[in-house]
Amino acid sequence: MRAALAGVAALGLALTGCGGADDEPSAGTGGTVTVFAAASLTESFTKLGKDYEATHPGTRLVFNFAGSAALATQITQGAPADVFAAASPATMKTVTDAGEAAGTPAVLVRNQLVIAVPKGNPDRVVGLADLARPGVKVALCAEQVPCGAAAKTALAAAGVRLAPATLEQDVKGALAKVKLGEVDAALVYRTDVRAAAELDAVEFPESARAVNDYPIVVLKHAGNPDGARGFVDHVRSAAGLAALTAAGFQAPPKQ
Amino acid sequence: MTRPARRRQRVPLALLLPAGLGLLFLVLPLAGLLVRAPWTTLPRRLTQPGVLTALRLSLETATAATLLCVALGVPLAWLLARVEFPGRRLVRALVTVPLVLPPVVGGVALLLVFGRRGLLGSWLDAAFGVTLPFTTAGVVLAEAFVAMPFLVIAVEGALRGADPRYEEAAATLGAGRWTTFTRVTLPLVAPGVAAGAVLCWARALGEFGATITFAGNYPGRTQTMPLAVYLALETDVQAAIVLSLILLTVSVAILAGLRDRWVGTT
Repeated sequence: MRAALAGVAALGLALTGCGGADDEPSAGTGGTVTVFAAASLTESFTKLGKDYEATHPGTRLVFNFAGSAALATQITQGAPADVFAAASPATMKTVTDAGEAAGTPAVLVRNQLVIAVPKGNPDRVVGLADLARPGVKVALCAEQVPCGAAAKTALAAAGVRLAPATLEQDVKGALAKVKLGEVDAALVYRTDVRAAAELDAVEFPESARAVNDYPIVVLKHAGNPDGARGFVDHVRSAAGLAALTAAGFQAPPKQ
Repeated sequence: MTRPARRRQRVPLALLLPAGLGLLFLVLPLAGLLVRAPWTTLPRRLTQPGVLTALRLSLETATAATLLCVALGVPLAWLLARVEFPGRRLVRALVTVPLVLPPVVGGVALLLVFGRRGLLGSWLDAAFGVTLPFTTAGVVLAEAFVAMPFLVIAVEGALRGADPRYEEAAATLGAGRWTTFTRVTLPLVAPGVAAGAVLCWARALGEFGATITFAGNYPGRTQTMPLAVYLALETDVQAAIVLSLILLTVSVAILAGLRDRWVGTT
């Protein structure tokens, strides 16, 4: 259902995107730039987009935030987008394999899993092993989405076998179940917990074994390739990286 | 037997054209599923354990939800159709709210009442150690919430259509109100109850939003077919098409098979 909504949104973007491009045939970096980005980038990219619009008058950014896998499906099915930022190399690969990328994706940032618990950590969770205690209800992401794949790797590295209460369809779903108090803990990204005032994050060593790289790329069928490259350069600049690390992301390894 | 005469009536093109387009619009997406289905790998995909688990869970929970809806919905429909009480119009409106409510909103509402921190849920948890989210019972509850209006509307309509004089006759012959209800009223509206139950069952089978919001998603416990379809779409479009095809086949078979027999719409 969320995918259907995103589809409708994409259709709307297509219409506005065309209009923007027609209005300004001369301006190289003007017009509308449509960015498909992983849900976990919502807060940071919205802010970076505002900065970019302020420094590039005439350019308008339109975002479509959703689960990376759903976005990848939309792009390969022909949704009009200029930039794709995914939460895992695997989801980016479906786009590059389909020949939809212009150039090679670059790693923008990395994100690490933490254990999200209610403020004050009432169950005294200090590590992954505590999640397997009887009476502790846990929400994980489904294996099909990046946060679920990372959780599986981390749990395997810790040798912990969990009986989760639910396998949510994306990281925000798992987060919501902790916020509502329906589960006692969830494995989500550090950035998600930082954005949620009512939650605490418990770091655990095994998360280093399941770090997610966030690749970003300009798309081949971009209606506004100049604007797309401009925005990608902006988020990869020193200032862009500073904003992303302030949100809890880690800088990528030097390439 | 006036049918042949009616069929010869000429249909104005101004009606036929939009009607045809309407039909096409509804049927074309279903045809799309058939066209894009991976027929060669279909048998292998169908027998994958996850598929059958989700299908069985879907059939079981939809049936349980329908039984719950019949047990609660038929008396509710009777109340709305046969008893004059203040605020009846408001109650009737409230009963049909889940029809137009986005199912996700229904799921959130269920969480706030039956969740672990919910109004009733916290009491259930403290008194009996029972929590409904993430359980099969939670799925049944979510499906029943969304599907019950279909049953109530169908049964209420049948009750209003049924002649109350049979009930009055039974009463004058000495039957009590309960006997009248079970021996006269119910048989009278049985086709309506059956039609409502079938619609209710079909709606429960397709329920997605309230289920994933309230009951979560866990294979074998709360992952019904619609949830499996959505998750399959994240990684494997072919698998999603196969799952959709199964759900479509089951729904059409049930609706086509039962509707004509019980409702007699022809």
